[in-house]
Amino acid sequence: MTALLELTGVGKQFGGLAALNRVSLHINAGEIYGLIGPNGAGKTTLFNVITGLYQLDSGKFHFAGQDYQSTMPHLLAQAGIARTFQNIRLFANLTALENVMIGRHQRTQAGVFGALFLNRATRTEERASADRARELLRYVGITKSSQTLAKNLSYGEQRRLEIARALATEPMLLALDEPAAGMNATETESLKVLLHDIRATGVTVMLIEHDVKLIMGLCDRVAVLDYGRLIAEGVPDEVRQNPAVIAAYLGSDNE
Amino acid sequence: MNKFLNNKIIYFVVLAAVLLLPFATDALLGRGWVRIVDFAMLYIMLALGLNIVVGYAGLLDLGYIAFFAVGAYCYALTGSPHLATAFPMLFPDGLHLSFWIVLPMAALLAGGFGVLLGAPTLRLRGDYLAIVTLGFGEIIRIFMNNLNAPVNLTNGPQGISRIDPIQVAGVSLNATQEVFGITLPSVHLYFYLFLSFTVLVVFVSHRLEKSRIGRAWMAIREDEIAASSMGINTRNLKLLAFAMGAMFGGVSGTLFAGFQGFVSPESFSLMESVMVLCMVVLGGMGNIYGVILGGLMLALLPEVLRHSVVPLQQAMFGKTVIDPESLRMLLFGTALIVVMLYRPAGLWPSRVRRRELDTDEVAP
Repeated sequence: MTALLELTGVGKQFGGLAALNRVSLHINAGEIYGLIGPNGAGKTTLFNVITGLYQLDSGKFHFAGQDYQSTMPHLLAQAGIARTFQNIRLFANLTALENVMIGRHQRTQAGVFGALFLNRATRTEERASADRARELLRYVGITKSSQTLAKNLSYGEQRRLEIARALATEPMLLALDEPAAGMNATETESLKVLLHDIRATGVTVMLIEHDVKLIMGLCDRVAVLDYGRLIAEGVPDEVRQNPAVIAAYLGSDNE
Repeated sequence: MNKFLNNKIIYFVVLAAVLLLPFATDALLGRGWVRIVDFAMLYIMLALGLNIVVGYAGLLDLGYIAFFAVGAYCYALTGSPHLATAFPMLFPDGLHLSFWIVLPMAALLAGGFGVLLGAPTLRLRGDYLAIVTLGFGEIIRIFMNNLNAPVNLTNGPQGISRIDPIQVAGVSLNATQEVFGITLPSVHLYFYLFLSFTVLVVFVSHRLEKSRIGRAWMAIREDEIAASSMGINTRNLKLLAFAMGAMFGGVSGTLFAGFQGFVSPESFSLMESVMVLCMVVLGGMGNIYGVILGGLMLALLPEVLRHSVVPLQQAMFGKTVIDPESLRMLLFGTALIVVMLYRPAGLWPSRVRRRELDTDEVAP
């Protein structure tokens, strides 16, 4: 298997705090990769680094054949990393359809002239874009009207809408920051089915999650972060037995 | 089918009413009012331009009138005898370029100024952006005020006068003309010219709003970080919003200079920027028709007051107790407070905001 994303010695400092301390890991194409760790372990920081919201202080990462050190979020989105946010960040006053269509932005062309003259190419593109957006809404299971404002959707639907919007960018890597947070057992179960579906379409999935049961049942491989360091990486069963991981979560005997 | 027919009838009635407006105004209120309506349309164009920056892209711009000034001075310099005083050797007679040549140049120049303002403010949002744009607006005005030395470029506070009237197909709009047997006074001619430009500006706004570009602007307005994570190049799109808005301002300014025949820095004070912003906010940010309504109301309000308050007070007290100008500010302030309290999204909110209110009513 080839590595789609590879981090080499990635470090990120906030003042004196090393949020990420020489983290090296790789994610293979086509797998579901889990990232777990106690609160404040640096999981979201890692996400922000690979999606360009933070510039890394040391090391580098490699995605789909290219090295990145400092870059801008939209370039990484164009390269094929799409993400969702821990605290949902939808375009609240726009409709569900518009939210997903904005995800299509980078895969469509129309500029000012297209907008003004509404030539055939632009019309076709708009229609295709709206059709694809509706398809994605159905795919993630949003049954409400596509004209509903994002902020009027239920919490679970908002999480799904974020996934639809991310998928609209046609990513190679879908990075989900706590997708199951606040979901009940049924919702979590259908999320699991959805993520398996997404993987089946060839998209690599990476997720941060606190629900260890979900992670263990879903992921092919899991990485554990603690205080900005990578303390374990491997298949779920291995990681579960790892003494360092048990110590990080439950405290070690020696303390 | 019926609805379609009804819509057609409504459109036709509106069209006829707008086309006959100058004649009706002239007959009922007098010629001075046609001129006031002409000015109102310039304000509507300005408000629609600012709506792109503030309403769509969510960038608070308090110096917008600067682009109006750029457009106005562009035509004032190139369409008047003024340059003869600055460069007597080069232009012994002043430069008298055709309005139709200056117009696209002025639009581009204003757009360039828009980018110039946008570029250093890309990282700013909200209040901080407002402060910088306010400063930019003042810089332009002060430049116009002081650029009469060492080379008399703008004629300073005296302003530039004797600007050539706008000509359409060789016909000057500054004189009464006969068209198809109908006598059209100058203000009527300018009305139809401004009307065509307003329609064009509305059309452009409308197309932009419904486009990929418009959606990207709104995404930036709603959440800039999420927008950039979705692959939107926020830098370029913000600059584009500034440039497009500025171009509308520039076009409006050029028309203003040709119509008025005179420009001075006084017309481009901070208060004007604030007024245009109020038109956008009061009417309904992000909604073209709301913005038109806001522009129309705020442009006509001072004139309505001037013509009603003074005679009313004369009749009641035999003298003018309150000056209409101060009353205007009082009423205007009250109106703003009332609108912000009871209709925070504006008098005619955008479709999205309205739908949002509808769904709120349905929800338990």
